[in-house]
Amino acid sequence: MTKNFTVLYKTVIILLAILATLLLSSVILLILGADVFRTFYTIVITPLTRVGHITEVFVRAVPLCITALGVAVAYRSGIVNIGAEGQMAMGILGFTTVALALPDLPKPLLLPMALLASVLAGGLWGFIPGILKARLQVSELLSTVMLNYIAAQFYSFCLRVPLLDPAEALSGAGTPQSARLTANIEIGRITGRLHYGVFVALALALIVYLFLWKTSFGYKMRASGAERRAARYGGINVPAWVTLAMVVSGAFAGLAGGIEIAAVHRRAIEGVTNNYGFSAVVVALFGMLHPFGIIPASFFFALLIYGSTLTPRAVGVPANIVDVMQGLIIIVIVTTQMILQNTYLEDRVWHWYSAKRKLKQEV
Amino acid sequence: MDIIVNILSMTIPFSVALLLASIGEMFNQRSGVFNLGCEGIMAMGAFVGMLVPFMVGHGGAVGQGWNWLGLLLAALTGALLGLFFAVIVVTFRAPQGIAGIGMQMFGVGTAGTLFRHFVGGTQSIPGMQNTPVPLLCDIPVIGTIFFSHNLVVYLAFIFVPVAWYILFKTSWGLRVRAVGTHPRAADTMGINVNRTRYEALALGGALAGLAGAYLSVCQVKMFSDDLIAGRGFIAVALVYFGHWHPVKIMLGALLFSFAQTIQYNVQGLGINIPYEFFVMLPYVVVIIVLAFTSRNQTTSPAALGKPFNREIRT
Repeated sequence: MTKNFTVLYKTVIILLAILATLLLSSVILLILGADVFRTFYTIVITPLTRVGHITEVFVRAVPLCITALGVAVAYRSGIVNIGAEGQMAMGILGFTTVALALPDLPKPLLLPMALLASVLAGGLWGFIPGILKARLQVSELLSTVMLNYIAAQFYSFCLRVPLLDPAEALSGAGTPQSARLTANIEIGRITGRLHYGVFVALALALIVYLFLWKTSFGYKMRASGAERRAARYGGINVPAWVTLAMVVSGAFAGLAGGIEIAAVHRRAIEGVTNNYGFSAVVVALFGMLHPFGIIPASFFFALLIYGSTLTPRAVGVPANIVDVMQGLIIIVIVTTQMILQNTYLEDRVWHWYSAKRKLKQEV
Repeated sequence: MDIIVNILSMTIPFSVALLLASIGEMFNQRSGVFNLGCEGIMAMGAFVGMLVPFMVGHGGAVGQGWNWLGLLLAALTGALLGLFFAVIVVTFRAPQGIAGIGMQMFGVGTAGTLFRHFVGGTQSIPGMQNTPVPLLCDIPVIGTIFFSHNLVVYLAFIFVPVAWYILFKTSWGLRVRAVGTHPRAADTMGINVNRTRYEALALGGALAGLAGAYLSVCQVKMFSDDLIAGRGFIAVALVYFGHWHPVKIMLGALLFSFAQTIQYNVQGLGINIPYEFFVMLPYVVVIIVLAFTSRNQTTSPAALGKPFNREIRT
């Protein structure tokens, strides 16, 4: 097998994967009777044409990136975190509670404290599936999903009763939302709604990279994920590291929630989590579970998420199309990975290819 | 007394969606495939199931036949999605957990997209009528609890022994269990492992689709994005709870449905706890049950979650 062939083979497989994703999404669009090309154009190109659009894309990329970093840490440690949605909701609650309880503290004290609360709340929500997996072998895929629903209910309860805006209670409208938070927790904005959280996300990506690849803690986590039994033989306490990875993962999701409130909404409202928790899994996989892959991946998926909010008006395609595409992308990514790893298939294609080439030379 | 009868008479019909989906998932897992996409398949089934009577009657009354057609098409859609999942995890051997998450997002997303296009906003349909069993439904208490539901409920419970028979007494059931326990041995004996898994996934998908359609056509009588609300995942958990056995799964489905029913009777019970906590209850129960049942899984299909590759010696 020549090196050229290997490169060609891999490129063709990846191109086929992209083609498959586009074709499968197009099938859904054709059922809707939508203009396929214009839909893709609206989702992927239109958001890049105006500064106002681009800042909105970045606003969505920040929570995606932070959450996806956490998901990647967990995934590398051998535990899939699809509970980021719930962890983020808990983070928001932690952040809001601190901000509402201590509104008079000066900003340099209050903002870090509130963010810490969001980290702790998210981490706690990640600890539950982590310890259940490590000690009792409970499938994290199921427990995190269940915890998402529990967190969602708890979140609505908090917004409806203990954290409810007193003004809403007075007016009787009862929109479930907290009071507007004090200016002391606000993260500043650069332009539009684009805020300084972007730099937090970038810094965290660097930290995650250094942590996973340059410290022994990160090594132990990755070892636990890569080969559990070998890691245990090497003296690594696998259950402890897996639990810790899940706590870290939850903490990232919680922080993403806290930053979202501090910088964008400035009060806890319904729908802040916006499916970021699930999209983060796609982002993490798409970014090859590497911080430097996750940064562009989170931008790309933020583009899809924002672009899909434009489609109902532009081409009459419901915004849910982005869920369809994300689902397909996950399926295609995991399938493509397996195909790329399948050396038998590669071998077979190589034989077929070289036989064909020989035939050509003989002619 | 009334309130207890009320809760119990709701428990039975509300358990059907869970029951059908988890029996389907049981077939999947018995063949060695962990289908976490159940939630997505249910969502598609729910959409297709309600679309038929909605399109025919424009939201108004339709003949019962259309409801049945809706259920049938939902099962068909489910079977097709099951086969799609089979292509991913059986033919391409993708990791089943994460592929299932993809399937869930795809199914829920597609159902939501198509729903917005073809139906628009929240629209209720008259749905399936109740068919009380003659004579039996007149028995006080027992009649109300067991014999005054729609036909699908009775059929679903009749299906439990049928599923048991299929799994344990037919040669197809034996094949399914064989490929889920020791695919290599099954392969040596001339059983086509991949084909059997495809068949099991098609059956499991059909049941999941039917379960979704049951929700939209018979139970809630409308479709919304959060109609399934994790029932697909609960169904997967129920399979663990029921140790891959139809009868135990049925008991589990009734237990969870009981936990779910309480939320509709909170006011009657006079308990002063915010309703969100009752909505949480079934999910909390799932986690507790999983915590107790996940550890000693000697009964689990031995090859569960492991893709089979003839070409690689294991």
